[in-house]
Amino acid sequence: MRKIIAAAAAMALAMGLAATPATADKLKIGFIYVGPIGDHGWSYQHNHGRLAIEEALGDQVETTYVENVSEGPDAERAIERLAREGHGLIFTTSFGFMNPTLKVAEKFPDVKFEHATGYKRADNVSTYSARFYEGRYVIGQIAAKMSKTGVAGYIVSFPIPEVVRGINSFMLGAQSVNPDFKIKIIWVNTWIDPAKEADAAKALIDQGVDIIVQHTDSTAPLQVAQDRGVTGFGQASDMIAFAPKAQLTAIVDDWSAYYVARAKAVLDGSWKSEDVWGGFDAKMVVMAPYTNLPDDVVAMAKETQAKITSGEFHPFTGPIMKQDGSEAAADGEVLSDEALLSMNWYVKGVDDKLPE
Amino acid sequence: MRLELEKRAEQSRLMVVVSPLIAIGLTLIAGAILFAALGHDPVRALTVYFIEPVTAAWSLQELFVKATPLVIIAVGLSVCYLSNTWNIGAEGQFTVGAIAGSWVALSLNSWDSPLLLPLILIAGTLGGMAWGAIPALLKTRFNANEILTSLMLVYVAQFLLDYLVRGPWRDPAGYNFPESELFSAAATMPLLIEGGRLHIGAIFALVVVVAGAVLLAGTLKGFEIRVIGQAPRAGQFAGFSRTQMVVFAFLLSGGLAGLAGISEVAGPIGQLRPTISPGYGFAAIIVAFLGRLNPIAILFAGLLLALSYLGGEAAQVSLGISDKTTKVFQGMLLLFVLSCDTLILYKIRLLPPRRRAETVDQGAGE
Amino acid sequence: MTGVEAVLLTIVTASTPLLLAALGELVVERSGVLNLGVEGMMIVGAVAGFAIAYATGSAVLGVLAAAIGGAALSLVFAVPVLLLATNQYATGLALTLFGLGLSGMIGEGFVGTPGIRLDPIAIPALSELPFVGRLVFGQDVLVYFAFFMVAAVAWFLFRSRWGLVLRAVGDNHTSAHALGYSVVRVRFLAVMFGGAMAGLGGGYLSLVYTPQWVEGMTAGRGWIALALVVFASWLPLRALIGAYLFGSIMILQFHAQAAEIDVPAQFMSMLPYLATIVVLVIISRDATRIRLNTPACLGRPFVPDR
Repeated sequence: MRKIIAAAAAMALAMGLAATPATADKLKIGFIYVGPIGDHGWSYQHNHGRLAIEEALGDQVETTYVENVSEGPDAERAIERLAREGHGLIFTTSFGFMNPTLKVAEKFPDVKFEHATGYKRADNVSTYSARFYEGRYVIGQIAAKMSKTGVAGYIVSFPIPEVVRGINSFMLGAQSVNPDFKIKIIWVNTWIDPAKEADAAKALIDQGVDIIVQHTDSTAPLQVAQDRGVTGFGQASDMIAFAPKAQLTAIVDDWSAYYVARAKAVLDGSWKSEDVWGGFDAKMVVMAPYTNLPDDVVAMAKETQAKITSGEFHPFTGPIMKQDGSEAAADGEVLSDEALLSMNWYVKGVDDKLPE
Repeated sequence: MRLELEKRAEQSRLMVVVSPLIAIGLTLIAGAILFAALGHDPVRALTVYFIEPVTAAWSLQELFVKATPLVIIAVGLSVCYLSNTWNIGAEGQFTVGAIAGSWVALSLNSWDSPLLLPLILIAGTLGGMAWGAIPALLKTRFNANEILTSLMLVYVAQFLLDYLVRGPWRDPAGYNFPESELFSAAATMPLLIEGGRLHIGAIFALVVVVAGAVLLAGTLKGFEIRVIGQAPRAGQFAGFSRTQMVVFAFLLSGGLAGLAGISEVAGPIGQLRPTISPGYGFAAIIVAFLGRLNPIAILFAGLLLALSYLGGEAAQVSLGISDKTTKVFQGMLLLFVLSCDTLILYKIRLLPPRRRAETVDQGAGE
Repeated sequence: MTGVEAVLLTIVTASTPLLLAALGELVVERSGVLNLGVEGMMIVGAVAGFAIAYATGSAVLGVLAAAIGGAALSLVFAVPVLLLATNQYATGLALTLFGLGLSGMIGEGFVGTPGIRLDPIAIPALSELPFVGRLVFGQDVLVYFAFFMVAAVAWFLFRSRWGLVLRAVGDNHTSAHALGYSVVRVRFLAVMFGGAMAGLGGGYLSLVYTPQWVEGMTAGRGWIALALVVFASWLPLRALIGAYLFGSIMILQFHAQAAEIDVPAQFMSMLPYLATIVVLVIISRDATRIRLNTPACLGRPFVPDR
C-alpha cells in the first residue's frame, strides 16, 4: 500500500510540475458555491461576479467553480482540490466554509483565499461581506410610507446575525417614518424553497400585512404579492420580471466590482489580507430601480441612499432601544462594526424571539 | 426481440468478476457519448473522472475519507434489510449520533484525557441507537410502519440540530454565528497520515465490515437474521422473535449510523454545524444494495460511490463539466452496475418475439 | 375573501402536489413495486412542464408535458427493475440522482425567467358564492383532477377487473403469473402511471404554485409523498387525508408563527413530520387490516419460473 501511495505521489508531483508553466502566465481563480448556480439567489449572484472577472480580465485569468458544495465534510476537500490544481486565488462564498478555508490556507501559503461573510483571517485569507443592512433601512422607510395597514410581513431563513441585522435595520428605517410600524415574522428554515416561501407569504397576507419583505432567495414571495395585489421587495437580484406590478425595489448583491478588484490585485502583486465590508459606497449593495412608487417616496429613498453612500448617515445611529427596553446606542452614537457583526438582539417594536 | 431471465442454480463465479467489468464498459461508452455530446473531450473527461482520483496520494486518502461513513452506515443497514426491516432514516440517526457525541465533546471540551474521545464515540453510538429505537418501538408496540417513521424522524433530527447550533450550543466566541466551538485535540479523531484528513474512522469502517461479515456468515444471530428475513414463518417455528429482531436491527443500524455521524463531526468537520452530511444516510442505502447486502462487497461499493463523487468534483474543476452532468453520469453508473448485477443471478436470453397465441397462453416476460 | 377561506385555499395549494405524487406511487406500490425515485420524477416533471409551457405559451401543454416527462423518466427505473430484476430500492435512489441532474441540465437556461401560470377555472356565478365559491368552484384544473383521481384510483383498485389484476400482481406475483397475467406488463403500466402522477405533482409546482424554475425546487416533496403512501396504508382516501393533514399543519404553523407564538421556529417546522408519525401510530392499531392492505410482494423482484 505504502509503495502504491509513494508511486502515486511521485506521479502527482510529476503532473504538478508539468502543469506549472501553463499556470504561470494565467491566473487561475476558483470559486466554491454552497448552492447550485441555478438557485437564482446567493450562488447565482456570486457566479455573476465570476463572469464579471472573465469579462474584465479576459485572457489574463481562467476561472473555475464547484457548485453545490455541502458545508459539511466535503468543503475542505473541494477547496483543497482548487488549491492543488494551481489556482492562485480562491473565493469561498458561504459562511460555513470558514474553518475549511483556514485549514487549506495553512497548507498552501502561496495561494490567496477570499472568504465571504466570515470573521477569521490569516496572511493569505481575506474576508469580505456586504452591508446589506443599508438597503434594508431604505426599504424599511419605503414600507412604512406605502403600507396602509402599518404592518409588514417578513419572511426569513435562519436566525443568524446577518438576518437579525437586516430585520433591525428595516425596523429602524420603518420607525423613522412611522414609529408604530409593526412586522410579522415567519421563519421558513431554508434559504430557498419557492413553494414554502410562497406559503409563508400567503399566510402573512392572510393575517393582514400589505407589504412583503423577504430574506430568502426565491422569487416566489413576490409572485404571491403580485397575485394578491400587495407589494414587496426583491432579494439578491432584481426580480422585476417576476412581479412587474408588485416589486418596489430590490436589494441586489453585486460582487462584480470587488471580485474584479481582488483579481487585479493578485495580478499586480498588491493583494494583501484585508477585511472588507462594503455597502452602497463600494457598489456591493445596489438598489434595483424604484418602481410602482409615488415620486415623493422615490425621492425620500434616493435621499436616504445618498446619505448612507456618502457616510453622512448610518442606519444604526442612536438612540436605539432593544426589544427589552434597554439602550443599545445612546443618542447620536453609531453601533460598532463588531456589535453589528455579532448582533443577536432585536430593536424595540419587533415581536419575535431569537433562539437562546 | 424480447428479453428473458433464467435463474441460475447458483451464483455465477465468472459473472461476479465479469459483470462489474461489463458495467464499467457500458458506463464508459455511455459516458463518452454524454460528454462528447456536451462538447467535452470524452477520453479526457473519463480519465479525470475515474483515473485521476486514484492516482494521487491526496485523492486516495480523500476517497477513503468519503467512503468511511458510507460503509459504516451501509453495513448496519444491510443487517436491517436482510432481516426485512426497513430503516430508511439512517440520515436522522447519523444526525442524532453527531448531536449526542457533540454534547459530550462540548461539555468536556477542556478535559484533556485520552478517555474523552472514546466517551464521545460511545455517546454518539448511543445517540444513533436511541433515535433508531423510536421507529423500532413504534413498530413493535403500535404497529406503525417503520419506512414512514424512520424517514419522518430524519427531518425532526435535522431541525433539532439546527436549533441547537443556532441557539444553545453556539460558540460563545463565535459572534453568534451558527457553529459550536471547535473540538479540542483530545476530542478529535486522530489522523492516520499526518497532514492529511484520513482519520481512524477508516479503521472503524474496516472493523465494522469484518464484524458484519462474521456476524452474518458465522454466527447463530446471522442465521436468525436471514431466516426471519426470508422465511418469517419458519423463523417463528425455530423460536426466533420477529419483534426482538426489529429492535436488534434498528439498534444496530442506528448505532452504526450514529458512530458514523460523530466520527464525521469529531473528524473531518471538527465542530458541530447546521449541515454535517451531504446525504450520507441516503447514499448508504444505495451502497448497501450495490454491495448486495454483503459487508465485504459493501466496502467496495462504498469506495465506488465515493469515487463517483470525487470524480464528479474533479471534472467540475478540471474540465468545467457541471455538477448536474456529473449527477446524471453518477445515476447512469449506478443503473449500469445494478443492471449488470443481474448476470450473477440470472442468465439473460434474447428471444424472437412470441407468436400472438403464445402471448395469451403464457403472458409473462414482456 | 374571508380569512378562513384564504387559509383553506393555501392549504389546497400546499397539499395538491403531495396528493398527486402519492396517488401515483400508491398504484405503483399496489402492483408490488417500490419506486424510491418519486423526487426525481417530480423534478423532471417540474422542468418539463415549465419548459414546454414556456416554449408554447400554453400552460395546458405544460401540464401534459409534466406528466409525459415524469412517465418517460419512470422508464429509466422500470426497464432495469422489471426486465433485469435489479434491486428496487437502489434503482429508485439512482433514479432520483439521475432526475435531479437531468432537470438541472434541462433547466439551466430557464433560471431567472418567469413561468407561464395555469389559471384557475372560475365557474361563472358559482365561484362568486360566498365562502365556498373560490374554494370549491374556483380552483385550477389540477386540484379537481387530484380529487377526481382519488375516486378514480379507488374505483380502479377495488371495483374494476384490472384493479383486481393489479392487486393480485402486487400480492402474489407467482400466482398472478400462473393465472396467465403478465406481471411485468402490469407493473410497467403501473410504474409509468406513477411517473406521470409524480410529474404532474412537479408540474403543479412550476406551473401553479410558483410559476418559475429553480434547481431542486421540489425540495424533498417526493419523499413526503412516499411517506404518505405508507401513511395511507395503500388506500387512496387515506392518501387524501394524509396529504391534507401534512399540508394543513405546514400552513397552520406559519400562521402560528405570524401570530407570534413563542416557540422556536425549528420546533414549529418539526410539527408536520411529528403529526404524521403520531396520527400513523393512532391509526395503525388494527394490525390485520393493515396487513390486508399491504402489497405482499412489495419490493420483491419477479422472474417467472419456466
